[in-house]
Amino acid sequence: MTTADSAAAKDWAGVRLHVVTGKGGTGKTTVAGSLALALAGRPASRRRASGPVRTPRVLLVEVEGRQGLAQLFDAPPLPYEERRVATVPGGGEVWALVIDPEQALLEYLDMFYKLGAAAKALKRFGAIDFATTVAPGIRDVLLTGKTCEAVRRRAQEEGRTFHYDAVVMDAPPTGRITRFLNVNSEVSGLARMGPIHNQADAVMRVLTSAQTAVHLVTLLEEMPVQETLDGIKELRAAGLPVGGIMVNQAHDVVLSDAQLKRAAGEGVDRAELATGLEAVGLDRPSVVDALAVLATEHARRVLLEQEQRESLGDCEAPIYELPLLTEGVDRVGLDRLAAALRDQGAA
Amino acid sequence: MSTDSVSPDLELDALLDDRANRIIVCCGSGGVGKTTTAAAFALRAAERGRDVVVLTIDPARRLAQSLGLNELDNTPRPVEGIDGSAGGRLHAMMLDMKRTFDEIVVEHSDAGRAEQILSNPFYRSLSASFAGTQEYMAMEKLGQLHAQGDWDLIIVDTPPSRSALDFLDAPNRLGSFLDGRFIKILTAPAKVGGFGAFKLLTSGFGLVTGALGKLLGSGLLSDVQSFVSALDTMFGGFRQRAEATYKLLQAKGTSFVVVAAPEPDALREASFFARRLAEEKMPLAGLVLNRVHPRLTDLTAERSLAAAEQLDVPNPTSAQSLAGGLLRLHAERVEVSRREARLAERFAASHPGISMLRLPAQAEDVHDLDGLRAVTDAAVAAAG
Repeated sequence: MTTADSAAAKDWAGVRLHVVTGKGGTGKTTVAGSLALALAGRPASRRRASGPVRTPRVLLVEVEGRQGLAQLFDAPPLPYEERRVATVPGGGEVWALVIDPEQALLEYLDMFYKLGAAAKALKRFGAIDFATTVAPGIRDVLLTGKTCEAVRRRAQEEGRTFHYDAVVMDAPPTGRITRFLNVNSEVSGLARMGPIHNQADAVMRVLTSAQTAVHLVTLLEEMPVQETLDGIKELRAAGLPVGGIMVNQAHDVVLSDAQLKRAAGEGVDRAELATGLEAVGLDRPSVVDALAVLATEHARRVLLEQEQRESLGDCEAPIYELPLLTEGVDRVGLDRLAAALRDQGAA
Repeated sequence: MSTDSVSPDLELDALLDDRANRIIVCCGSGGVGKTTTAAAFALRAAERGRDVVVLTIDPARRLAQSLGLNELDNTPRPVEGIDGSAGGRLHAMMLDMKRTFDEIVVEHSDAGRAEQILSNPFYRSLSASFAGTQEYMAMEKLGQLHAQGDWDLIIVDTPPSRSALDFLDAPNRLGSFLDGRFIKILTAPAKVGGFGAFKLLTSGFGLVTGALGKLLGSGLLSDVQSFVSALDTMFGGFRQRAEATYKLLQAKGTSFVVVAAPEPDALREASFFARRLAEEKMPLAGLVLNRVHPRLTDLTAERSLAAAEQLDVPNPTSAQSLAGGLLRLHAERVEVSRREARLAERFAASHPGISMLRLPAQAEDVHDLDGLRAVTDAAVAAAG
């Protein structure tokens, strides 16, 4: 649990690359989006008292090409180009980039070899396709490489060091994250030398440094929690910096401990429930029945969540809890999650 | 709800009982409950008298244990504790992707060559990486189980990819790479040189391997070359195998079930998948809308919240706080249920005629046979 102290200190103050992973269906993209908004909502700063005011600029990166970010911010499909997708009160900005490995490879080849026509030949022979889809690891180096480039990119304008104050990556799922980030070991057996190998080394230096944190999104359910615990172990074993655990869609508890226990077991006290409902004129059998069913579901769910929360507590990573958005995910909902992250010290 | 955007009900028992149905493929994007759905369907089919095998990819540990799957051994195991009174049986297996790949290699080559391939660094990365290999191997295993002919119904869970379409595309991509032009060029450069007409091709080729060699390091290319030439003589091309399994998916007796959670992302994927299946002439049995939250009474959210506020008094009695809390919970449930209904309606409107089965959300994780039974029982009861 986050303490008041760490909330005041902001848990990830020195971190500039936030990698957000999670099991499929846990709301990874939503959490990445709200974390970007939370980071963009940090107060503006000045490097020198007389210098220009620097409002936060955050880049949100998508690496799986599903246009999840465009959907999230209700924008048209995003090209391989950095575009502003949101602003926050105070002037902070969130930009988005969908990294296309094929274009990243061509960009990269062009940068080093001035390929021109040869790039077309590579494409015609299926070599680009080979490098970006089949050859294991190379796609990952291209995706993480482009991300790290954005992290390290220097600012052109006066008053800031880096172009982006922070980069948030909507990363592959927990089951694949260590492999994905651990590009060095992935390509070292394959590309034993050459630029891809060097690139992998450079990427690893950023990813294993204190300026990176890998956050894991989970629901309080058995399988996502188990995957989160396994993922943390794997990340640590690979020397990758584990960030926080973002518990998504946590249910508010509406019953007392005693009521929970009873509802989960023999069922809610119907006479007591009817008495409570009588005062508001709703003590109809159909309502009592429905609420009794809800009470049991709620109680079982909450007890299960408590169990899962306890097992997460063992892994010594700060835990942030995000509310369930019953109205669905839109900008209002994202701002609510961003506020929750800020209040708990995650941004 | 307008009448023109209501999906017909998916008749689950009719689907499972029809002996002409031999393969059911459960697909959908990651995290929507494909594995649980596949297992629940398989159990129901077996208890209704079918001889079933379910191929799972990545089940939750406790669910795997309840199916008797304590190890990844790539062999179907009988599931204990099912009601066999209708004459059915249930087998289950968990896919071991690397082992499936290794088995293909060993089966189709002599010992020396197999050893050469299995120890090739490129092969080791390829067979263990998730980029398409898992999908390919799931298809391969499906083909094997079908060829074995020991079961009259095979239910397949698909790999946990981000996109439901990966399942259809990955085998082809891997197959066409391994059997494709690029590989031919890499492995047989001597064949294309020499004649005038090939001059251009040859210079293109030099450019390609030169640039790639520089980029990747020449070690990788030679690993790929030796891997592919070892593979090449071994059996008649990966693409052929992939195509054979693809045909199996189009054959009579195969049905697809698209699983989605009532969330915009999952339903969008389901939508893509439904269109793609239609294009490929693969039969879609229906959409399974998993983890829906049915409304339990007709009390409105507004009335419910107003009443809860009335009960929100200083120092409430236990009865007041109980009723108030549950009324708030009910109001939330109505909202969720309304949103889910809207999403289902939208899907129905853009896919008229696709039948739908709603599986109610379970309060707890499903990890035993009773839990699996509860999933389909509740759905069939709700469909009436």
